[in-house]
Amino acid sequence: MIEVEHLSKHYGDKKAVNDISFKAGDGEILGFLGPNGAGKSTTMNILTGYISSTSGKAKIDGIDILEDPKAAKAKIGYLPELPPLYMDMTVKEYLNFIYDLKKCKLPRNTHLKDICSLVKIEHVYKRLIRNLSKGYRQRVGLAQALVGNPNVLILDEPTVGLDPKQIIEIRTLIKKLGRNHTVILSSHILSEVQAVCDKIVVINEGRIVADDTEDNLSQRLSQDNRLTVRIEGEQRKVTEMLEGIKNVVKVDIGAKHGEDIMEYRIEAKEGSDIRRELFTSCVEHGFVILEMKSSELTLEDIFLRLTMGESITGGEE
Amino acid sequence: MGAIFRREVLSYFTSPIGYIFLAAFYAFSAFSFTSNSLQYGTTKMDGMFQQLMIILIVLIPILTMRTLSEEKKNKTDQCLLTAPVGLGGIVVGKFLAAFLMYVLAISITLIYAVVISAFAEPEWAAILGNFVGLLLVGAAFIAVGIFCSSLTENQVVSAVISFIALIALYMLTTIGDVIPADFIERLLPDMNAVLRTVITEAVCVLVIAILFFITGKKAGVLIGGFVAMLILGLFAAKGELVPTIFDKLSFWERYLGFTYGLFDLSNALFFVSASAVFLFLTVRVLEKRRWA
Repeated sequence: MIEVEHLSKHYGDKKAVNDISFKAGDGEILGFLGPNGAGKSTTMNILTGYISSTSGKAKIDGIDILEDPKAAKAKIGYLPELPPLYMDMTVKEYLNFIYDLKKCKLPRNTHLKDICSLVKIEHVYKRLIRNLSKGYRQRVGLAQALVGNPNVLILDEPTVGLDPKQIIEIRTLIKKLGRNHTVILSSHILSEVQAVCDKIVVINEGRIVADDTEDNLSQRLSQDNRLTVRIEGEQRKVTEMLEGIKNVVKVDIGAKHGEDIMEYRIEAKEGSDIRRELFTSCVEHGFVILEMKSSELTLEDIFLRLTMGESITGGEE
Repeated sequence: MGAIFRREVLSYFTSPIGYIFLAAFYAFSAFSFTSNSLQYGTTKMDGMFQQLMIILIVLIPILTMRTLSEEKKNKTDQCLLTAPVGLGGIVVGKFLAAFLMYVLAISITLIYAVVISAFAEPEWAAILGNFVGLLLVGAAFIAVGIFCSSLTENQVVSAVISFIALIALYMLTTIGDVIPADFIERLLPDMNAVLRTVITEAVCVLVIAILFFITGKKAGVLIGGFVAMLILGLFAAKGELVPTIFDKLSFWERYLGFTYGLFDLSNALFFVSASAVFLFLTVRVLEKRRWA
């Protein structure tokens, strides 16, 4: 379990992390979402004891990382942004070194073998790390974090630089690990966090802008007021019909997909759901809906919404 | 600590550095041995042992330059500092690994002694004393080198800094002789020592106070000022002590005793404490970086 209370880190006048608090329970996967430079890595570095906080507390299983660093660190497996690999060692030598470094008590050979098969690096076990590709280095980095079977896994952008197939593999692996570990994972990709995490903390410019379970957060965010629809029918009439629907603010015409088939981007009033009305009025006018989806939110949209929301409800901003 | 020690020793032999260090030391010590002992037909080895210290000034920085700087540069220090190991364990592990390499290097001098014994019986006690002296001075040099490598991310910069530091430690006696120890006495002539010291310290306090407020109340100014007050106070009160202090701190003077065949416990303790002090400073540098 991880508890973070009022954590701050200042570099001179710059506040890299500014008074953040959150919790992650046992067997929970917590996603740390934010753009580059938001303070994700700084927070993770504080949690793992690599750097110290300016103020605030970070506890791993109830042990404060500053008060008893050795005991707290023994409970953590950490994969930093750049995997800390020694290029002049083979995977075997490296994992054995980590095993000794962490003073691991588990049976050496079987434990390392299990980890290697988990992250699928058995066939590069005897190769020099220098000669491995980025994807394999990332996996060796993950293997390193898993040595000693720590309760808490802290993974800083674990899928960066991997190809799509590897990304899916790593995500599945993290989900699997989440069953009996507490995992904190950082990312700047929304879909990744959505796919893997039970709980999301959104961070921007060193502050937490949202801390919620994934469902609540997406409910808050997906208000379905932006739709992309593909409709078959005469363009002029369709536009007229769309603009006639209640609550519609704006209709943009998108790409043409064939004879009388167009894509329309519709923006409705904040908080309104026009999907049903859209459907019935298309039926009335004899138009055919070929496709309808809510426009995907980008990370920027989320920040805009979350920070705007805060200012409306009289937040700290 | 054990894990770090083993990894370091391994890395000396998976990179060229270990081989270069050993080969260079063996070659230069062999030249020195031949010209100082064999060519003169003597069983004495002190000439070689004196020259070896100068060889070490060049070679030790090569041995220690990458110890901590490379970890920082490749971010592998994240792995060490987030593992359940103390900073002391990390630094001592690395020190011991470099020390092992060093022992491998200087053990060759014992073989030279065996070569001499083929011709005549050498003075084993003196040679052993020389060897212990070399062992101790090397330990202190390695500690200085590791300290220097903790200051920077760049191997070359690290090597250059430790090179300069080792030369300075070697030349301390010379530096002490050249420094005008009585400059405050000459500035304030015809005055007794107490009054001279009071005036010097008062001027110091004034300058520090002005600097402190000009620079925007930086704590560093106070610390630097305090050190300056101690040093200038020493010059004012008892300037003639300064060369003696330099002399006492000189690695060369301390080591020279060993090559004369004198085993002085205070000299041995000096090198042991010098190693301990620099290793401690290294730990502080790592600790400070964490808080920066």
